[in-house]
Amino acid sequence: MSTSLQFWPDSASSVAGEINLFYITMIVLCATIAIGIAIFLIYCAIRYHRKRENEMGDQTRNYIPAEVTWIVTPFLLFMGMFMWGAKMYMDIERPPDDAIPMYAIGKQWMWKIQHPEGQREINELHIPVGRPIKITLTSEDVIHSFFVPAFRTKQDVLPGRYTMIWFEATKPGKYHLFCSQYCGNKHSGMIGYVYAMQPADYQAWLTQGAPEGSLSSQGEKYFHQYGCANCHHFDNQGRCPDLRNLYMRPVQISTGDYVTADDSYIRESILDPNAKIVYGFQPNIMPNFSGLIPEDQVVALISYIKALGPAPGNQMPSSNGAVPKSFGTQPGIAGPNATSGSGSHRGQR
Amino acid sequence: MQLQDQVHIGGSADMTIETIAEPVRKNYLNDKQGILSWLLTTDHKRIGLLYTFSITVLFFIGGFFALMMRLELLSPRNWLVSTETYNKLFTMHGIIMVWFFLIPSIPNTIGNFVIPLMIGAKDLAFPKLNLASWYVFMLGAGVTIYALFRGGVDTGWTFYTPFSTGYSTTYVIAAAMGIFISGFSTIMTSVNFIATIHRMRAPGLTWFRLPIFIWSMYANSVVLVLNTPVLAITLVMVAVERVFQVGIFDPALGGDPVLFQHMFWFYSHPAVYTMVLPGMAVISEIVPVFSRKPIFGYTAVAFSSVGIAVIGFLVWGHHMFVAGESVYSAMAFSLLSYFVAVPSAIKVFNWTATMYKGSVSWDTPMLYAIGFIGLFTIGGMTGLFLAALGLDVHVHDTYFVIAHFHYIMVGGTVMAFLGAFHYWWPKISGKLYPEGLGKLGAMIVFLGFNLTFFPQFVLGYLGMPRRYAAYPEEFQMLHIISTAGATILGVGYILPLCYLIWSWKYGKPAGPNPWRATGLEWQTSSPPPTHNFKKTPVVNVRAYDYEAMKEQLGLREREFENV
Ligand code: HEC
Ligand SMILES: [Cu+2]
Ligand SMILES: [Cu+2]
Repeated sequence: MSTSLQFWPDSASSVAGEINLFYITMIVLCATIAIGIAIFLIYCAIRYHRKRENEMGDQTRNYIPAEVTWIVTPFLLFMGMFMWGAKMYMDIERPPDDAIPMYAIGKQWMWKIQHPEGQREINELHIPVGRPIKITLTSEDVIHSFFVPAFRTKQDVLPGRYTMIWFEATKPGKYHLFCSQYCGNKHSGMIGYVYAMQPADYQAWLTQGAPEGSLSSQGEKYFHQYGCANCHHFDNQGRCPDLRNLYMRPVQISTGDYVTADDSYIRESILDPNAKIVYGFQPNIMPNFSGLIPEDQVVALISYIKALGPAPGNQMPSSNGAVPKSFGTQPGIAGPNATSGSGSHRGQR
Repeated sequence: MQLQDQVHIGGSADMTIETIAEPVRKNYLNDKQGILSWLLTTDHKRIGLLYTFSITVLFFIGGFFALMMRLELLSPRNWLVSTETYNKLFTMHGIIMVWFFLIPSIPNTIGNFVIPLMIGAKDLAFPKLNLASWYVFMLGAGVTIYALFRGGVDTGWTFYTPFSTGYSTTYVIAAAMGIFISGFSTIMTSVNFIATIHRMRAPGLTWFRLPIFIWSMYANSVVLVLNTPVLAITLVMVAVERVFQVGIFDPALGGDPVLFQHMFWFYSHPAVYTMVLPGMAVISEIVPVFSRKPIFGYTAVAFSSVGIAVIGFLVWGHHMFVAGESVYSAMAFSLLSYFVAVPSAIKVFNWTATMYKGSVSWDTPMLYAIGFIGLFTIGGMTGLFLAALGLDVHVHDTYFVIAHFHYIMVGGTVMAFLGAFHYWWPKISGKLYPEGLGKLGAMIVFLGFNLTFFPQFVLGYLGMPRRYAAYPEEFQMLHIISTAGATILGVGYILPLCYLIWSWKYGKPAGPNPWRATGLEWQTSSPPPTHNFKKTPVVNVRAYDYEAMKEQLGLREREFENV
């Protein structure tokens, strides 16, 4: 039996410090007020304790200045809390541009992690400290949630669409990775560890090698295996779009709207091609791969398409302020709003 | 403290409330005899007692599940039950406590009993509907218990999709049906209350003369009538997807999993307010009565209930800050969540101010009320932590949330429920309970509660996720403290049950108005006659008007020695 009593969690990410500060500020503020109220209650209970059975209290019904004070003061305090909380949320939700892209797939009851260099891990995640990491998340079955308490961040992992979490570890160490959204029988066993390492150690860990090659070269293999290459020639001619320089480029679709070709868009193009048809191309030519390509191979394919080169003069990096949470709002395969989801992804603003 | 039975109201020229409080030998309890006279009764008071009986049984079933969970969590590994069983325990605990205890708790028991009395009516507007409501409730409870005996449900009380529609292999539909059915009873009772409060108030009892209890119950009923159908629709959609594989929520079938969360919380956030508004209603009665003062800021307190009811419908998205909501909608929901906290703060300050310069007694109901104010304040303030976007990302779905809502639901509503029963017990049973044991019980509940749930705030910030059957070792000590508290809390709940039942038979007669309260329900005999009042009361004073009623109640001004 562990008899140690822990009161404070590890703080090991770039946002942890400010969240701790906010938390402590809230405790001090709320405790002061709560203790104030408690003292006043006890004071009244004792000071005005009934002395004679037949006595009644003072009959004041109202005092407007007091009423106004305790409506306005809490309101102002609440607005302060709201603004500080919202500011931190922006920091937590928007990844820096240079974040290392990784992928994590949740399934009952494990985490499958894929590094761009090709390493695959289960229930373990190795990362370098001092570098922002951006993980694209999806689930193969039910909703899970990717939670690293030491980094003070979590994100639900949804089936059928991508969400994103990012963090920058600041202290090397071994930290809990929890699933925090109830997902069935072994929910409490869907846990693992994040290993934050010094960059040099991380490089050493990477060189232990990925037997199947980098994620994009795995993707290239699938690109041929699933016959994508039969249609998608890299010549910008014929019936199929050229996939070079597609990633993060605004794509015009048949409705005339522009959509940024981010991970969610490419995933949807593969698993539900008819959801958005590229302008000038025909629907019902590209086969529907939904149910045929598992999520981890979709991730490899995206990685391959990404590696085909970024769009020249790209003006919409993923973290561009205009649409900060594009990952989270982009519907995936055939959601009811799959066709309407393009609104927030309109191209160049 | 006992007022003579013969207190006669209705003689003097400057009397304020005309009514009759002569001792009545026949009362609602002995008017008719036999089990059928109970099962077929349309008397709101008897139906209130039927509800009290059923809800108490269900509370102890739900409590038993909680105790099993707490025992399991003594160890980081599974030692008592399997993970499957644990998952069913917290699901059934949640379902029973939310839909078969908290939502009906105060309205259907105390509300049923006292609303007509408080407004000087003979009964509710639709007495037969009231009885039907109880039968529907029992049917819903029966179906849910059936699901339990067939093997239980493991989805959590929130039924998140696609787990509940496509993956769980337990009795999801039976449990959902039970809840669906009980929803009709909720609506029936709420409609009844709304109609009664509109149409059956005694002559002279205008809206702004009503006790705050009535305002809160009214707001509460309106919310329930509006939000319960949304739950019903959502549960039907879950059942349809589960049985017919129609893609609504499961992306594998072409559905949207987050849609469920929107619908569920659109119901359930107002629902959490319907669990606590009745508690606030009770406290708004107890505090003035035991301070012998009008409630401070009547209008502010009355309208804060309305404010909660309205804004409560606009904040559901705060349950989804990490579910992939866009930053901008998250901000809107965060802001609105802070707005809805203002009316609650108003209430706390006004209750506190009501005690100032009062004549404060330390009777059991007042101890529960003071306990409520303290615990509700902590529960409400930790809600401010959760409404802060950046912090919620960390504490969402952890024990911090569990602690927060138990402070509101158990520290708040259950304390108010117990306070209400102690306060109105003399009216319900005509008897007094042993005051010493009452105080002891209130203390035990308060201590046990804090010991159980305070450590869970710490656990939550440490990152302990909720709904974990097993957990890393470093959390163990805090879990042990919490379990120790839960056993004390259990004792605190059994004690009042015992002495209240005892006093039903052996308690001293209470008399019509043992607290010297101003409410109409205290102007009739205890227990009241079947039709509540011998003569319809006429009201020409505001609620809690001790000044106007001091002669009638035999009260004198307080001498403030050195104020
Ligand atoms: C039968 C020919 C065919 C095959 C095989 C095929 N595609 Fe396509 N693909 C198309 C056509 C035609 C379009 C344009 C119409 C549309 O948007 O659906 C397209 C569009 C796309 C797009 C969107 C391109 C843009 O510019 O926005 C992506 C990404 C894509 N395909 C990836 C793949 C991948 C990956 C595979 C293999 C798993 C694949 N395709 C297999 C015909 C094909
Ligand atoms: Cu899980
Ligand atoms: Cu809510």
